[in-house]
Amino acid sequence: MTLSGRDLTIGYNDRVVGTRLDISLKTGEVLALLGPNGGGKTTLLKTLLGLLPPKGGEVELGGRPLASYTSRERARRIAYVPQSHTATFAFTVETVVLMGRTVHGSLFNRPTATDRVVAARMLERFGIAHLANRPSTQISGGERQLALLARALAQEPQFVVLDEPTASLDFGNQGRVMHEIRTLGRSGHGVLFTTHDPNHAMRAADHAFLLRQGARIADGDVRSVLTRERLEALYGAKLAVFQDRDSGESAFLPE
Amino acid sequence: MARSSAPGFLISSFVLIAAFLLAFTVGRYPVSLSDLFAVIAAKLTGHAPHVAPAVENVIWQVRGPRIIAASLVGAALAVAGTAFQGLFRNPLVSPDILGASSGAALGAVLGIFISLGEFAIQAMAFAGGLVAVASVYAVGSAVRARDPVLVLVLAGVVIGALLGAGVGLLKYLADPYNQLPAMTFWLLGSLAAIGPSDLMPLFGPVALGTLTLFALRWRMNVMSLPDEEARALGVPTGPLRIAIVAAATLVTSASVATAGIIGWVGLVVPHIARTLVGPDFGRLIPAAALIGGGFLLLIDTLARTAAAVEIPLGILTALLGTPFFIWLLTNVAKSWSTE
Repeated sequence: MTLSGRDLTIGYNDRVVGTRLDISLKTGEVLALLGPNGGGKTTLLKTLLGLLPPKGGEVELGGRPLASYTSRERARRIAYVPQSHTATFAFTVETVVLMGRTVHGSLFNRPTATDRVVAARMLERFGIAHLANRPSTQISGGERQLALLARALAQEPQFVVLDEPTASLDFGNQGRVMHEIRTLGRSGHGVLFTTHDPNHAMRAADHAFLLRQGARIADGDVRSVLTRERLEALYGAKLAVFQDRDSGESAFLPE
Repeated sequence: MARSSAPGFLISSFVLIAAFLLAFTVGRYPVSLSDLFAVIAAKLTGHAPHVAPAVENVIWQVRGPRIIAASLVGAALAVAGTAFQGLFRNPLVSPDILGASSGAALGAVLGIFISLGEFAIQAMAFAGGLVAVASVYAVGSAVRARDPVLVLVLAGVVIGALLGAGVGLLKYLADPYNQLPAMTFWLLGSLAAIGPSDLMPLFGPVALGTLTLFALRWRMNVMSLPDEEARALGVPTGPLRIAIVAAATLVTSASVATAGIIGWVGLVVPHIARTLVGPDFGRLIPAAALIGGGFLLLIDTLARTAAAVEIPLGILTALLGTPFFIWLLTNVAKSWSTE
């Protein structure tokens, strides 16, 4: 299955954020969306999620316009992991994950025994089962990000879209989320995530899409797209490249 | 840590039952507990009770309807407050946020101004609340913005102010000897004039609205997330928001039409309920209904027994609600804010 945007013009009521964007994501593929702040990353993300109608062009899912899906049909195929934030109400971690099951029940349904089993499996998978009964407002940022990932997978989607999944996480948790993203790709999910750190794209993604001021700079295989010259142009900053002697992997640091 | 909700329900049920017994027995005409049980048992078995007819009259015709009305109004305002606080993701929201109370106030004051009968005034209040919230919703939907919830709240504030001006104008124009006291009394809230015939117009809408909200309890959990998150979880937030607002407005308008404007209950009780049973609406809605019912029943009992004249309910709830809310703000913030 493919989630794609063709000749997209993206933006809000009164403001065009980006134009002439072609982007495509297949199941089993991990795509990183990179670019400076205000470049349109989040807007593109929301347009592909179907949360924001495109101002031009069309978003398609499995060969059908995304706009023709009901919110239920859409949520069974695409899940969204928002930036980790503290909630207004102190729902337990289990309740948060169970909310991902909403799309599998009817209007008046409450979570069923099956839903609880799925939620428990997701909590287990991300190693947060011991937090099930804790209020989600009283766990760490990293744990909360994992709970949101668990909620997304409880939807049993084919695509997972993450908005800056590593922002505000400590070093260890960044690695952990990166690892989960790779695992998702390998298990056949199509994954799209935005990031401020090209190294995270190198670590977790197959493809990269570079976006600046609403225009595509480059896209394609992550290792051929993310070169020092392109990134320096993208962010308008000088970079240094470091290479690991054993693995040959490279990393970027701003000067 | 998550706690069991059983103690919370036990406490709130106990308070409601205690309030019931207290409200039946105290007052200008004291009724003993044994008289109360004798009269109720007689009603259930169909025999004539061995008590003075006056006692029976006080229980069935005077105190009974008022007690039921107080519990229903308290429960309704608490449930509506719970729903609105969830929907607007803001613990400082009360049932009048979308203008239900100010619309009802204008309807009632207009009814008094043009010298309608008691029932017509209630109907005007009820209709006023519904019309006000519908116009707020229409204005909110006409403005296309990124945060539909915020626009709705702002529209509520603006239209509420306009309706308040209308109330002010009618009070200014009203006959100061006949109409103005009636308007003031109504605006401060009272259950003094409740009779048995007032109960069905109150019970019907309150039951319908509360059951609708309870049926949507799981969806309401999801609706308390930011709009985009809820939509990404597959919830059609637009239609569902209309359903929740309509149900909460129905119960608010019915209570305001019966009892006048009673503030604070819908703001404070949801917090108490959340502290006792947690934020899950499946437990929160019934808990808020129990606590709200017990709370307003105690207030109303105080209103009719504390002084030689009836104290308006709105004044008592404000006197008790303000310090309580300040205490909540400083101590119990953990039920809704971050650590």
